[in-house]
Amino acid sequence: MQMDGGTALLKALEFEGVEVVFGYPGGAIMPVYDSMVGGAGPRHVLVRHEQGAGHMASGYAHATGKPGVVMVTSGPAATNIVTPLADAYLDSVPIVAITGQVPYGLIGTDAFQETDTTGITMSITKHNYLVSDPNDIPQVVHEAFHIATHGRPGPVLIDLPKNITDARNPQSAMTWADPIAVDLPGFKPVLDGKPEDITAAVELMLAAKRPVLYAGGGILKARGADELRALAEKLNIPVVTTLMARGAMPDSHELNLGMPGMHGNYTAVMAMQEADLLIAMGSRFDDRVTGRLDSFAPDAKVVHVDIDPAELGKIRTPDVAIRGDAKRVMGQMLEEIGGSAPADHQAWRSTLSGWQENYPLAYEDAEPGAKLKPQMVLERLHALSPEDTIVASGVGQHQMWASQYWKFEKPYTWLNSGGLGTMGYSIPAAIGAKAGMPDQTVWAVDGDGCFQMTCQELITAAVEGIPIKVALLNNTYLGMVRQWQEMFYDNRLSEVDLSGPVPDYIKMSEAMGCVAIRVEDPDEVDAAIERANGINDRPVVIEFLTEPGENVYPMVPGGKSNSDVVVPPFQQKETAK
Amino acid sequence: MIKRSQLTQTHTIAALVENKAGVLARVAGLFARRGFNIESLAVAPTDERFSRITIVVDAESAPLDQIKKQLDKLIDVVDITELSIEDSALREMVLVRLELDDEAKVADVEALVEGFSGSVIRVRGAHMMLSLSSRPDDLDRFLDKLQPYGITALQRTGAIAIPGI
Repeated sequence: MQMDGGTALLKALEFEGVEVVFGYPGGAIMPVYDSMVGGAGPRHVLVRHEQGAGHMASGYAHATGKPGVVMVTSGPAATNIVTPLADAYLDSVPIVAITGQVPYGLIGTDAFQETDTTGITMSITKHNYLVSDPNDIPQVVHEAFHIATHGRPGPVLIDLPKNITDARNPQSAMTWADPIAVDLPGFKPVLDGKPEDITAAVELMLAAKRPVLYAGGGILKARGADELRALAEKLNIPVVTTLMARGAMPDSHELNLGMPGMHGNYTAVMAMQEADLLIAMGSRFDDRVTGRLDSFAPDAKVVHVDIDPAELGKIRTPDVAIRGDAKRVMGQMLEEIGGSAPADHQAWRSTLSGWQENYPLAYEDAEPGAKLKPQMVLERLHALSPEDTIVASGVGQHQMWASQYWKFEKPYTWLNSGGLGTMGYSIPAAIGAKAGMPDQTVWAVDGDGCFQMTCQELITAAVEGIPIKVALLNNTYLGMVRQWQEMFYDNRLSEVDLSGPVPDYIKMSEAMGCVAIRVEDPDEVDAAIERANGINDRPVVIEFLTEPGENVYPMVPGGKSNSDVVVPPFQQKETAK
Repeated sequence: MIKRSQLTQTHTIAALVENKAGVLARVAGLFARRGFNIESLAVAPTDERFSRITIVVDAESAPLDQIKKQLDKLIDVVDITELSIEDSALREMVLVRLELDDEAKVADVEALVEGFSGSVIRVRGAHMMLSLSSRPDDLDRFLDKLQPYGITALQRTGAIAIPGI
């Protein structure tokens, strides 16, 4: 079939089953947008800033399990998606980015809106393409989706020079041919663990006295939550769920110790520290989890399972390294275990429950008349929202509180920027998730700093009919930076005050088409949340005025050993008694 | 003179890559961003589809295992082999230009080149152009011997290698 490259791109996206594209038109991508006139191609969501489109694609991908698609023009638009690409790369999110490029013959001439997009994104994409022949479009798009979604997922970018998409340019003429099976001799993900490694791992797992299953985001990527639970139950092994794995194991499960790491709960942190065996499943020994590496889990042997062999031994040398897909490997382990019983963990379990009793995740209630406690707001938000609610968080204190105080019962209900720590992630990611899962309630938990970075996407949400809800925890500070300045810089606060007096978040949200509610009084919290949960025809923003000086606890200070975890002051006093 | 062939402190890696635009930039970029120091890198197509890259990398800068695994993550990299100096065929070539202080020394240089099985490409008065293709440590010795004659320019290719049989 004869067509132009722009039409072929839309056809190729449909061929891959793409339902929605988050994008923004501009000069070099304009021919593709021209091909959309009349409704060709997937649904297009017109964003208000290209960065938003990238995070929307990411939120969509994580919530639905399908690759997200972002499409923007060349130059500044391409550089505006650099942040979401880097974000998706570090968090292994499958997205495909389409960027316009100046006509092939002008590449290298510093043409208008020319950037070396493939060069710029080489280190933050799993792979990228610069297409020179429109006949290559179907196969390149097919390969891009294949690479993005197989093995360790990640972002793939396709740069399309304008001359090959522009119907008015003879160079765009192409003959459509359905893509054929990919032939990538350098890309052959290994899914099953080697039997001898499975045997060796299971031997350690059965013998361990103080085991911990260190569950990472790879389990969710592999859609292995059921296997995780089965494995933990079969061996009676406590589980810690990293920031990227929240929801992989129900928080209500007695074996789930919660989140480990810098702001993990005491028991999860100490369990890893005191373990004699860590089973790292799709996790990567990130510095926010390990704290000071040379004193991390000193007595633990390590079984490390990852689909990306480069993670095995990158940070911590494993005793048994298994290259494979977390779901498949856990299945193999369950089979290998068969009817074997694990060692007695009674002493270990009682140590753990002692910690849980003495150092629960806790905060002090607000004094009468004081500002709201953010932890309380999140607890109420969770209690009053449907169980399958999806929560997307920005980055900072509110992110940690959301991870700590939201009780996750289902996988794929938690979206956040874990590796890159991208402020402003939550609103666009929530929009992406809601676009993909329109029947689920989607809350963005945001801080006042993050909100000011990407709130313009609320216009997108209002105009496109994607009614997300935003819980804006306004503590009038860049809270996490303020906390560090308080704790580690002698409380010398530097450039963290956002108290304004502008913006007025209510007027701002209303101007963008949202219902906006301000809550100052603890007694108004529930009513506001219930009202918001009842609104489904437009986005809602609730501004909660929260305690400016509240700190996130527990905390392992940067560069310190996890054994030096700092619990909240009121728990320290209890210990002293 | 910098000796390029301290082979005991380096790893020699042969990478078979798909011969696609930008593949060299991907490999070089990976080494740069992961902090692996390249001693030398040589690349050329083997056929229409594939190219072979020989990379000599500073062993101090990173564990070999990580270098290989990170390289293997590149979609265009098909195969990676670490080559042992003993077993593999490993060669490097050097081109040298000399300006002798005395034309009479041309014969001395010619004898030296013959001793290394190198070749004299051109002689013009007191100016000579030489080449030698051999093991990198041979090239080091060759250049040491030439030093007193007045080297005005030289170009080494960096090692190329294929696994042994």
